Amino acid sequence: MSKILEIEDLTVSFDGFKALNNLNFSLDAGELRVIIGPNGAGKTTFLDVITGKVQPTKGRVLFKGKNLKKIPEYKIARMGIGRKFQTPRVYLNLTVRENLDLVCNRNKNVFPTLFGHANNSEKRTVGGLLETIGLDSKANLQANLLSHGEKQRLEIGMLVAQSPDLLLVDEPAAGLTDEETENVGALLLSLAQSHSIVAIEHDMEFVRQIATDKVTVLHQGALLCEGKMDQVQNDPRVIEVYLGETPE
Amino acid sequence: MNNETGIAIKKKQQRNKLIETGTIIALVIIFAVILPAVIPAFRLRLIGRFLSLAIVALGIDLIWGYTGLLSLGHGIFFALGGYALAMHLNLQLPEGQLPEFFTLYGVEELPWVWQPFYSFPLTILALIIIPGIVAGLIGYLVFRNRIKGVYFSILTQAALLVFFNFFNGQQEIINGTNGLKTDTERIFGVLVSSPGVQRAFYIVTVISLILIYLLCRWLTSGRFGRLLKAIRDDETRVRFSGYDPTGYKVLVFAISGAIAGIAGALYTVQTGIITPSIMQVAFSIEMVIWVAVGGRGTLIGAIIGTMLVRLAQTFLSESFPEIWLFFQGALFLIVVTVLPDGIVGWWTSYGWHKSRSLLGLQPKLATYPSLVEDPELQQERETIAKK
Repeated sequence: MSKILEIEDLTVSFDGFKALNNLNFSLDAGELRVIIGPNGAGKTTFLDVITGKVQPTKGRVLFKGKNLKKIPEYKIARMGIGRKFQTPRVYLNLTVRENLDLVCNRNKNVFPTLFGHANNSEKRTVGGLLETIGLDSKANLQANLLSHGEKQRLEIGMLVAQSPDLLLVDEPAAGLTDEETENVGALLLSLAQSHSIVAIEHDMEFVRQIATDKVTVLHQGALLCEGKMDQVQNDPRVIEVYLGETPE
Repeated sequence: MNNETGIAIKKKQQRNKLIETGTIIALVIIFAVILPAVIPAFRLRLIGRFLSLAIVALGIDLIWGYTGLLSLGHGIFFALGGYALAMHLNLQLPEGQLPEFFTLYGVEELPWVWQPFYSFPLTILALIIIPGIVAGLIGYLVFRNRIKGVYFSILTQAALLVFFNFFNGQQEIINGTNGLKTDTERIFGVLVSSPGVQRAFYIVTVISLILIYLLCRWLTSGRFGRLLKAIRDDETRVRFSGYDPTGYKVLVFAISGAIAGIAGALYTVQTGIITPSIMQVAFSIEMVIWVAVGGRGTLIGAIIGTMLVRLAQTFLSESFPEIWLFFQGALFLIVVTVLPDGIVGWWTSYGWHKSRSLLGLQPKLATYPSLVEDPELQQERETIAKK
């Protein structure tokens, strides 16, 4: 199987503090990978490096075999990496449909956006997405009237509208009720059939729901272990970093 | 079901469009036909100046209200437009003569920067393009380095001071602090301050205001306009969605600058003189106040705010010459503390519904208007009731 994302010896340091330390990671095309790790393990920095927000100090990130060094964020996004932030970030003053339409736009340069109109296939995509994320009855409502869970789903919808090959999802279940968490989980699982996904998560219940493939555990900026969920759960090192140092 | 909602929305949009066109036509008739006939010439000239200031307010609304970049340097672009037209007017001389002030400084040959302004079409082009290019350049340097927020405001203000000092120091080119007079000059062979020419400038101002309003309407509706709001609300998200915000911001800032240039030219000829004092810090801040009073992000608010503040200023400074500045300060404080969305923002979010329900035109709403009035949700409610 071909690798969609490869990370080699990646180190990111902020003023000497190593947020990521010699990290190696790879993701197969079509895989759904969950990354867990205690606070400060470097999970968010990991996504920052892939999306171009932070430049690696050492090592490299390859997306479909292409080095992402020094490529600006918007170009990386156009190459096919979509990112969902920890707190839902949607455009609050636009309606749900407008939110999706903006991301769906094929040509994102200034003048085509100024003079262009949504064509039929884009309109169809938006319509389809509204159904997928279950917001078609609220399509014309301003996004600031949505509940937290609906905003999360809208943002995931916006990611998909970008038609990326790789979805990076940062704590999609944060602050959701149990029912909403399950909805989001089901949504991610259905997206996993056609996309490669990296999901970062804290909520173990949720991880169990979506971790059908491998789980990666990060600790202090480095890879701690990798494997199936029940394997990882019983790994003594994982238990140690989550529950604290065992006394000697 | 979706189809019906679509039709309902379209109908609403069509009705709104009709109302808007009607309002614009009514305003044109009032301002372009009725007002010139009823009020005395010097008052008309005053209104003409206010209307040209409303044009620059539209430009500020575009960059601040929609794109979220607070520019405190629009005086630069305003002055550039004003100087361009004033230079053309100062060159309406018999062959071989130079504008009068040059002799004061012993300048015998026309500086090269003046040469293009012999031509009227080139002047018109210049008063739009030059401020646009200057704004675009400043914008490119600032936005490329991802400078935003307060730092952008401070930088524009610093640029304003640089231009202010530069223009003050250039006696030999543009008469320094004394500026350029336009009232005693001629345009197409007629004295600029004559009633006929002034009235023509007034009409041109009204037409420009409408055209620029329509331009801004077009820019802020549709995808481009939504993207501007998106940049204002969450620029990082925009970037991660595959857009490069820099190009958009540069373009909008350049357009906003060009609009200010047009406004400056129209203001200058209806004032009679342009001096570097137009680039004083306070004046550029005042422009921002007009937009804040009228309502950010509502184009009509920019116009209303400018007219209201300026009319109040005229009235108050005539009646209370010593303390009118306090009124202006109070007005700004009231707007910031009580009406953060300005007059128009308050009206659309509160005043409109309130006055309608006072008149009994609207049923009392239990939740958000957009929820209760949403045709689709209504339909859902009905189907549930039937079951």
